[in-house]
Amino acid sequence: MNTELLGIVATYLLTLVIAIPLGKYLAKVFAGEKVWTDFLKPIESLIYKLSGINAKEEMNWKQHMKALLTINLVWLVYGFFVLMYQDKLPLNPDGNPGMTPDLSFNTIISFVVNCNLQHYSGETGVTYLTQHFVLMFLQFVSCATGIAAAVVLFKAFRDKTTTKLGNFWEFFVKSITRLLLPLSLVMAIILAFNGSPTSYEGKDQFISVQGDTVNVSRGPAAGFIAIKHLGTNGGGWFGANSSHPLENPNYITNSVELIAQVIIPIAMVIAFGIFIRRKRLGWMIFGVMTIGMLLLLIPTISSELGGNPAIAKMGISQATGAMEGKEVRFGPAITGYWSTVTTIISTGSVNSMHDSGMPLTGLWQLLGMMINSFYGGCGVGILNYFIYLIIAVFISGLMVGRTPEFLGHKVEAREVKIAAIITLLSPFLILAGTAIASYVFTNHGEAVWAVQPKNWLNNPGFHGFSEMLYEMTSSNANNGSGFEGLGDNNVFWNVATGFVLLLGRFLPIIGPVAIAGLLASKKYIPESVGTLKTDTLTFSLMTFAVIIVLNALSYFPALALGPLAEYFTMLK
Amino acid sequence: MKKYILQSLRLTLVLMVLLCVIYPLVVAFAGGFSKGNGGGEKISRNGKVVGYALIGQSFTKPEYFWGRPSANGYNAAGSGGSNKGPSNPDYLKEVSNRIDTLLKYNPSLKKVDIPADMVTASGSGLDPNISQQGAYIQIKRIAAYRKIDERTIAELVVKNTQGPLFGLFGPSSINVLKLNLALDELKK
Repeated sequence: MNTELLGIVATYLLTLVIAIPLGKYLAKVFAGEKVWTDFLKPIESLIYKLSGINAKEEMNWKQHMKALLTINLVWLVYGFFVLMYQDKLPLNPDGNPGMTPDLSFNTIISFVVNCNLQHYSGETGVTYLTQHFVLMFLQFVSCATGIAAAVVLFKAFRDKTTTKLGNFWEFFVKSITRLLLPLSLVMAIILAFNGSPTSYEGKDQFISVQGDTVNVSRGPAAGFIAIKHLGTNGGGWFGANSSHPLENPNYITNSVELIAQVIIPIAMVIAFGIFIRRKRLGWMIFGVMTIGMLLLLIPTISSELGGNPAIAKMGISQATGAMEGKEVRFGPAITGYWSTVTTIISTGSVNSMHDSGMPLTGLWQLLGMMINSFYGGCGVGILNYFIYLIIAVFISGLMVGRTPEFLGHKVEAREVKIAAIITLLSPFLILAGTAIASYVFTNHGEAVWAVQPKNWLNNPGFHGFSEMLYEMTSSNANNGSGFEGLGDNNVFWNVATGFVLLLGRFLPIIGPVAIAGLLASKKYIPESVGTLKTDTLTFSLMTFAVIIVLNALSYFPALALGPLAEYFTMLK
Repeated sequence: MKKYILQSLRLTLVLMVLLCVIYPLVVAFAGGFSKGNGGGEKISRNGKVVGYALIGQSFTKPEYFWGRPSANGYNAAGSGGSNKGPSNPDYLKEVSNRIDTLLKYNPSLKKVDIPADMVTASGSGLDPNISQQGAYIQIKRIAAYRKIDERTIAELVVKNTQGPLFGLFGPSSINVLKLNLALDELKK
């Protein structure tokens, strides 16, 4: 096996070595059992005291959602104004301007919803103040929001019948103090010692060997890059994200960043099984997710290692694979692995430009974001998967002619309706959004926006369509990566994706938590011979089939018009 | 509802102190002990900074090793790739022109020996590295311009090659800036 493939295997194995114990630890933390980080309790008590919070107060699912939505609203309002007036605030050594209202609208939503779609460029669009006090702050708390919501779901299935689902603030604060902050600190220091900048100095200037004057953007980036990955956020400090040599200096940091973005999503799955005392179910879910990941990963790597057929025709060998938009220090193989990981998990950080990937790579990236639950984002991955589970339970119930049950609770019309709405939401937002964008592009090309619609696309033909489809898919999945050739900093894309981001975040959080809350309040039916067991191989296969069928039916036509059409044209 | 708003505001403020003041200051303090003291590692020659170790810079003169094509002209204050799709005709024309340029400056070069990284732009526009093959194909040209033995330059290339991590993981690469500085040293 060559060194590039060996690097992928080692990185994934190391991920598991960290993620599995982390899952066990998280189950204990959220169950309130003894763990070695209990020495942080006084800090947490102080946080509760200063915030006027009683962390012992039990909430039902509605109260949880109210608390969650309230604090998210506070962040939206706060960040919107700070981004707009950042030029008048301190910590702006490079003298960058304030954001336009539509860009600020898009940016603040994008960071509140854990997406980090960026229609600005880090070097020129934000200041050190907003990078830290708005963007990095939100990278911590949006991730903690997702984890806390998932823990509410965990709680619902731990006890037989209950409406008391713990305290939202406690889950939220603990996600930060016991998980995100300590891990970020360790990772930031690793990054700093490999070359990522940490100091608050502004731009530097030097004269190069050949005599050119070069300006270098810098700034305290290491801490930002750490939480950007641990929290599956993905927003870059610099415009080029993790392909920038200061944001991802070498092969070691590349692996560290790859590991960091996967450990919490995997740990949450393991923690789920342990927390609800059904370890087998946790492992089954992990199995389905891993197989899904591999099915996207293997063809991605093979299409990137194959190189660009159009360049091959010119007589260039491409022995190591396709290199456009990629960095030599990583190579195409692990760059392919990154592109799979960052799309199945809602990170959306990139170490290559996805727009320049091979057509089929784009197809697998899009599918990863459409499914959005092969591991998935921090907390929200398992919430998304839960919806597929409910649909699978429902369909299986119909097939065998029994009332569907999930973990001892009857799944009835109301729960299935919620699950159905959440399932339909994604195709609706993605396809309707892309359709409207295509309409504006073809019929209103001359509209006087910052970027005229006729100039939106950086590439002609099918690939141009993929650019629009990718942007909508990434927004709905709260992913944040992009086919960045798209001219997206104008009123249309800023506002349209802003709404897609909001709906694509909060409904898929509220839906599953509501279903879990409703189920938990129902009478517990002990398992009998007739019970449909959800932790079997058969049921896992069923869930997998549901995921594939739902997504294939929803998206095949759009995928055929974009990446598939481009692929077949290039075969000619 | 009012209770939640008040709690949200207070919690936001408290967490801001922890996450936006204490956390980055601790990281900045630790980073102060790294190479480049947290501001990025610089490379100097004769007491003058000539570049950052990690950031690629433009080399166009024939007597230097060239780096990869860059979509932003190695602008370290505005990183980014070309974002050109693989089937874009304008892009393919550009690649074809790059091949012609390489062939013109390296007359003995055969097309099939050109590695992909020398005719494609990087993701950041600041790629500091090229592949080993990317350096090999330039040796003849540089030897001719500098009137140095080819073997000496080849040895320099090998010496400046960073192999896979622990000899096991990932690709080999060459830092163009460091290689060129070493090349200039040879003359003396």
